[in-house]
Amino acid sequence: MNKSGSGENRNRRTTLLLSGLVVGMFGFGFALVPLYDLFCEVTGTQSLSQRKINPADLQVVKQVESDRLVTVKFDATVNPNLPWDFQAATRSMRVHPGKTYEVNFVARNRSGDAATGQAIPSVAPWQATPYFSKLECFCFNKQTLDGNQQTDMPLRFMVSPDLPADIQSLTLSYSFMRLKASKNKTDLSKLLPQIARQSATENTLPNR
Amino acid sequence: MTTTTLNHDEAHHHDMPTGWRRWLFSTNHKDIGTLYLLFALAMLFIGGASAMLIRLELFQPGIQLLDPDLYNNLVTNHALIMIFGAVMPAAAGLANWMIPMMIGAPDMALPRMNNLSFWILPAAATMLILSFVVPFFPGGGTQINTGWTLYPPLSVQVGMSMDFLIFAIHLLGISSVLASINIIVTLLNMRAPGMTLMNMPMFCWTWLVTAFLLILVVPVLAGGVTMLLFDRHFGTSFFDAAGGGDPVLFQHLFWFFGHPEVYILLLPSIGVLSHVIPAFSRKPLFGYKSMVGAMLTVATIGMVVWAHHQYTIGMSLGAVTYFMIGTILISIPVGLMIFNFIATMWRGAMTFETPMLFAVAIVLMFTFGGLSGVMLAVVPADMQYHDSMFVVAHFHYVLMPGAVFGLFAGVFYWLPKWTGHMYDETLGKIFFWTNVIGFNITFFPQHFLGLAGMPRRIVDYNMMFTEFNVISSIGAIIFGLSHLLLLYIVIKTIRGGKKAESRAWEGAKGLEWELDSPPAFHTWTVAPQIK
Repeated sequence: MNKSGSGENRNRRTTLLLSGLVVGMFGFGFALVPLYDLFCEVTGTQSLSQRKINPADLQVVKQVESDRLVTVKFDATVNPNLPWDFQAATRSMRVHPGKTYEVNFVARNRSGDAATGQAIPSVAPWQATPYFSKLECFCFNKQTLDGNQQTDMPLRFMVSPDLPADIQSLTLSYSFMRLKASKNKTDLSKLLPQIARQSATENTLPNR
Repeated sequence: MTTTTLNHDEAHHHDMPTGWRRWLFSTNHKDIGTLYLLFALAMLFIGGASAMLIRLELFQPGIQLLDPDLYNNLVTNHALIMIFGAVMPAAAGLANWMIPMMIGAPDMALPRMNNLSFWILPAAATMLILSFVVPFFPGGGTQINTGWTLYPPLSVQVGMSMDFLIFAIHLLGISSVLASINIIVTLLNMRAPGMTLMNMPMFCWTWLVTAFLLILVVPVLAGGVTMLLFDRHFGTSFFDAAGGGDPVLFQHLFWFFGHPEVYILLLPSIGVLSHVIPAFSRKPLFGYKSMVGAMLTVATIGMVVWAHHQYTIGMSLGAVTYFMIGTILISIPVGLMIFNFIATMWRGAMTFETPMLFAVAIVLMFTFGGLSGVMLAVVPADMQYHDSMFVVAHFHYVLMPGAVFGLFAGVFYWLPKWTGHMYDETLGKIFFWTNVIGFNITFFPQHFLGLAGMPRRIVDYNMMFTEFNVISSIGAIIFGLSHLLLLYIVIKTIRGGKKAESRAWEGAKGLEWELDSPPAFHTWTVAPQIK
């Protein structure tokens, strides 16, 4: 182009605009961290079951299906940031849908110091999640163990009779994570119980 | 007009450095284009060597040559070198060489930045290769066994080679962002008088869209791997559930980049096809405007369908349905491009020189890869195909014809222009047939392997998959060795051959063919008038 002066100005302007776009997109990447949580919370896109829980529904006694048996397996893991041993006392059991059962998990603090943890539940296959209801669970609250203390952690649960017939076996898995007055951006002592409560309500009986 | 002669004299007297200074300090778009292309060629062989090792290991079930971590490190290395080291620089090399010559500009708009964006690449490649080599030394930590997607938590746990890789990605990102800015500024501001955006050569259009895509998504990847670095060393918990983070967030950041990246690799080759097919069909490109529209549509939809790589992470039904429909929609504008190419060939006076052979192969085989892509886009089907060899077959059918064959077509098409010599047509055709046949023998059986249930990224496999893997590995040897012929043809053409005319191909149209072959060091110092 022959109009050299204005051409150079134009180039500079376009370059600056594009550089601004690059910086903006780099920032957008970081903005996605809170935006992603917000998006999931608003749209509920991460919650696989779209069912809303009606508290009254929890009181309804459903018929026990005495001729149907479903295998429930229990799995327990601990995040490396918590020096605990954590195991399911019962690894696997056969249950009738509609009947209430109680099992124990055993946690032991390997270290000499007291520590507080929070168990996060999940159900596999995920399609079974809304049909597995925890009536009483150690995961509803944070748990504190003194140094070298060992304790039983009870769980009362029921598998809903509405569980689809093609699901004959499901696994309930807990991961224990440490709660501490965190130096990180997120306050864990608030966040983890919230997650646990969320999955607890999600896991109650479906509203049919 | 008097200024013209002055410019020419200046150009020849003090602007043609010699020796290593010519290359290291180069601000000449042709020299930098050459550097890009040679760099890509070198990376093609490094990435190809790792692919050969992978196929050798998979020749038989059991663990023969490579231990599992090394195998996965090779898989990671192969992908990153091929994508960031070979395909993207080769496309940038074509852009550097051709864009100023096509739009009648004397050079790129920002020549010094052009120099920088190339010379970052060797440093980045060194880091990338170090990330592969470091674990072999004492204290080098574990190998990068994550695959190129670098998903945490595994990528947070592997050894220090991951840090090399993260910085390599930063450097590669900076390089391609600088190149993109340069290309956009050149295309917007440096076109010859009279050349509007809507009569710009199609290769320029494809690069304009590609460069915008790069600017939009590469910084997001850079942000993602920066967070990974922070999680590894500075105690943050972006991706650590125990600290309130979410490992799935990384997948979103990665694929927000990773899916448009597919179009970044594809579009420059579509641009090459838009020149090669008209030239050898001796007809103008069918549907220029619809081509531009289709490309913009692909780029726009392509930005918002990334999560189809993540159907199995547990999204709600609404979300997967959206991503499924969005993904399938893309096949409409892409199909339109393919139909435009077929319509261009329709009743043309076609001849089949090597670039045209590659072009026809792309139209056939890229369509095939597109079809398996639609299969993978369908959620219930993808639940089965996910992470199987079917996916490997699919993306090689998309990326080899879609990106690499397009680059081959471009190289053979413009090699006479660059070197001033015609390449050996017989050798070119032998290269085409060994390459394409080898490619199909390698990757076609992998569809069956995937459908039968063979997972990807695993060093060993069930005995029942042996036959197809043997066929695939034999194909890979043919395919891999065929590239030595490419190297030979390129060297031979650079060193001599039949003198190329300025319009090397009878049907070739465009400003670049009005220049000598090879063109002078500085061209279009006076902009041509476009009627």
